[in-house]
Amino acid sequence: MHVKDDAAAFKKYGEQYNAHWTPTVLELDPNGDEFYRVEGFLPLDDFLAQLMLGRAHMDFKQAKWAEAEKRFREIVDKLPKAEAAPEAMYWAGVSRYKGTQDATALKETAKSFTQRYKDSSWAKKASIWA
Amino acid sequence: MPIKFRHDVEKVLKEAKEQNKPVLLDFSAAPM
Repeated sequence: MHVKDDAAAFKKYGEQYNAHWTPTVLELDPNGDEFYRVEGFLPLDDFLAQLMLGRAHMDFKQAKWAEAEKRFREIVDKLPKAEAAPEAMYWAGVSRYKGTQDATALKETAKSFTQRYKDSSWAKKASIWA
Repeated sequence: MPIKFRHDVEKVLKEAKEQNKPVLLDFSAAPM
Protein backbone atom coordinates (compact mmCIF):
# COMPACT_ATOMS: atom_id res chain seq x y z
CA MET A 1 0.00 0.00 0.00
CA HIS A 2 1.40 3.36 -0.99
CA VAL A 3 0.33 6.96 -0.44
CA LYS A 4 2.77 8.53 -2.90
CA ASP A 5 1.40 11.35 -5.04
CA ASP A 6 -1.80 11.53 -3.04
CA ALA A 7 -1.67 14.55 -0.76
CA ALA A 8 -5.05 13.87 0.80
CA ALA A 9 -4.12 10.30 1.69
CA PHE A 10 -0.73 11.41 2.97
CA LYS A 11 -2.41 13.93 5.27
CA LYS A 12 -5.14 11.58 6.45
CA TYR A 13 -2.98 8.54 7.14
CA GLY A 14 0.00 10.62 8.20
CA GLU A 15 -2.07 12.03 11.02
CA GLN A 16 -3.69 8.69 11.83
CA TYR A 17 -0.35 6.90 12.05
CA ASN A 18 1.72 9.82 13.31
CA ALA A 19 3.95 9.80 10.22
CA HIS A 20 5.12 13.37 9.69
CA TRP A 21 8.28 12.80 7.71
CA THR A 22 9.17 11.13 4.46
CA PRO A 23 10.38 8.53 3.85
CA THR A 24 8.48 6.65 6.53
CA VAL A 25 7.41 3.05 6.12
CA LEU A 26 5.11 1.37 8.62
CA GLU A 27 4.48 -2.31 9.11
CA LEU A 28 0.91 -2.88 10.25
CA ASP A 29 -0.56 -6.04 11.72
CA PRO A 30 -3.74 -7.52 10.19
CA ASN A 31 -5.79 -5.23 12.45
CA GLY A 32 -4.09 -2.16 11.02
CA ASP A 33 -2.08 -1.49 14.17
CA GLU A 34 1.53 -0.39 13.73
CA PHE A 35 4.13 -2.88 14.91
CA TYR A 36 7.28 -1.50 13.26
CA ARG A 37 8.47 1.76 11.76
CA VAL A 38 11.34 2.67 9.43
CA GLU A 39 12.07 6.39 9.18
CA GLY A 40 14.61 8.02 6.88
CA PHE A 41 16.43 6.76 3.80
CA LEU A 42 18.44 3.54 4.00
CA PRO A 43 20.51 1.73 1.36
CA LEU A 44 18.63 -1.21 -0.15
CA ASP A 45 20.09 -4.03 1.98
CA ASP A 46 19.68 -2.06 5.20
CA PHE A 47 16.13 -1.15 4.28
CA LEU A 48 15.27 -4.75 3.44
CA ALA A 49 16.86 -5.94 6.69
CA GLN A 50 14.77 -3.44 8.66
CA LEU A 51 11.57 -4.69 7.03
CA MET A 52 12.56 -8.28 7.79
CA LEU A 53 13.41 -7.29 11.35
CA GLY A 54 9.99 -5.76 11.79
CA ARG A 55 8.27 -8.86 10.46
CA ALA A 56 10.32 -11.06 12.79
CA HIS A 57 9.42 -8.88 15.75
CA MET A 58 5.77 -9.31 14.88
CA ASP A 59 6.12 -13.09 15.25
CA PHE A 60 8.10 -12.55 18.46
CA LYS A 61 5.37 -10.38 19.97
CA GLN A 62 2.84 -13.07 19.08
CA ALA A 63 4.99 -15.70 20.87
CA LYS A 64 5.64 -17.56 17.59
CA TRP A 65 9.15 -18.37 18.74
CA ALA A 66 10.24 -20.79 16.00
CA GLU A 67 8.97 -18.52 13.22
CA ALA A 68 10.57 -15.48 14.83
CA GLU A 69 13.92 -17.23 15.21
CA LYS A 70 13.81 -18.34 11.58
CA ARG A 71 13.08 -14.81 10.39
CA PHE A 72 15.80 -13.24 12.58
CA ARG A 73 18.37 -15.80 11.40
CA GLU A 74 17.40 -15.20 7.79
CA ILE A 75 18.56 -11.60 8.17
CA VAL A 76 21.96 -12.67 9.51
CA ASP A 77 22.33 -15.32 6.81
CA LYS A 78 21.14 -13.31 3.81
CA LEU A 79 22.15 -9.77 4.76
CA PRO A 80 25.12 -10.23 7.12
CA LYS A 81 26.51 -6.76 6.43
CA ALA A 82 23.26 -4.94 7.10
CA GLU A 83 23.17 -2.67 10.10
CA ALA A 84 20.28 -4.70 11.55
CA ALA A 85 22.18 -8.01 11.43
CA PRO A 86 23.66 -7.87 14.97
CA GLU A 87 20.26 -7.02 16.41
CA ALA A 88 18.75 -9.90 14.45
CA MET A 89 21.37 -12.30 15.81
CA TYR A 90 20.58 -11.17 19.35
CA TRP A 91 16.83 -11.67 18.96
CA ALA A 92 17.31 -15.01 17.19
CA GLY A 93 19.01 -16.24 20.35
CA VAL A 94 16.28 -14.83 22.55
CA SER A 95 13.60 -16.42 20.35
CA ARG A 96 15.28 -19.81 20.63
CA TYR A 97 15.52 -19.45 24.39
CA LYS A 98 11.86 -18.41 24.67
CA GLY A 99 10.82 -21.40 22.57
CA THR A 100 12.95 -23.99 24.32
CA GLN A 101 13.57 -22.52 27.79
CA ASP A 102 17.12 -23.78 27.29
CA ALA A 103 19.66 -21.22 28.48
CA THR A 104 22.24 -22.79 26.17
CA ALA A 105 20.64 -20.76 23.39
CA LEU A 106 21.69 -17.55 25.13
CA LYS A 107 25.17 -18.84 25.91
CA GLU A 108 25.69 -19.82 22.28
CA THR A 109 24.47 -16.44 21.14
CA ALA A 110 26.95 -14.70 23.41
CA LYS A 111 29.66 -16.93 21.98
CA SER A 112 28.62 -16.06 18.43
CA PHE A 113 29.09 -12.39 19.29
CA THR A 114 32.73 -13.07 20.14
CA GLN A 115 33.18 -14.12 16.51
CA ARG A 116 30.90 -11.68 14.64
CA TYR A 117 29.71 -8.16 15.32
CA LYS A 118 31.87 -8.00 18.43
CA ASP A 119 32.00 -4.19 18.35
CA SER A 120 28.24 -3.80 18.19
CA SER A 121 26.06 -2.68 21.08
CA TRP A 122 24.22 -6.00 20.72
CA ALA A 123 27.43 -7.86 21.57
CA LYS A 124 27.55 -5.91 24.82
CA LYS A 125 23.93 -6.78 25.56
CA ALA A 126 24.59 -10.47 24.90
CA SER A 127 27.81 -10.53 26.94
CA ILE A 128 25.85 -11.05 30.14
CA TRP A 129 24.86 -14.52 28.85
CA ALA A 130 28.44 -15.77 28.44
CA MET B 1 11.19 -8.20 -7.76
CA PRO B 2 9.28 -4.92 -8.05
CA ILE B 3 6.73 -4.13 -5.39
CA LYS B 4 3.22 -3.54 -6.66
CA PHE B 5 1.93 -0.75 -4.46
CA ARG B 6 -1.75 -0.13 -4.04
CA HIS B 7 -3.42 3.16 -3.21
CA ASP B 8 -6.83 2.05 -1.96
CA VAL B 9 -5.83 2.10 1.69
CA GLU B 10 -9.15 1.21 3.29
CA LYS B 11 -9.66 -1.72 0.94
CA VAL B 12 -6.18 -3.03 1.62
CA LEU B 13 -6.69 -2.80 5.39
CA LYS B 14 -9.99 -4.65 5.08
CA GLU B 15 -8.39 -7.41 3.00
CA ALA B 16 -5.46 -7.67 5.40
CA LYS B 17 -7.85 -8.28 8.27
CA GLU B 18 -9.84 -10.87 6.33
CA GLN B 19 -6.71 -12.69 5.17
CA ASN B 20 -4.78 -12.22 8.44
CA LYS B 21 -1.88 -10.61 6.60
CA PRO B 22 0.42 -7.74 7.60
CA VAL B 23 0.54 -4.53 5.56
CA LEU B 24 3.30 -2.12 4.51
CA LEU B 25 2.21 1.51 4.56
CA ASP B 26 4.65 3.68 2.63
CA PHE B 27 4.83 7.44 3.07
CA SER B 28 7.90 7.76 0.85
CA ALA B 29 8.24 10.66 -1.59
CA ALA B 30 4.81 11.95 -0.79
CA PRO B 31 4.03 15.64 -1.24
CA MET B 32 5.08 17.76 1.73
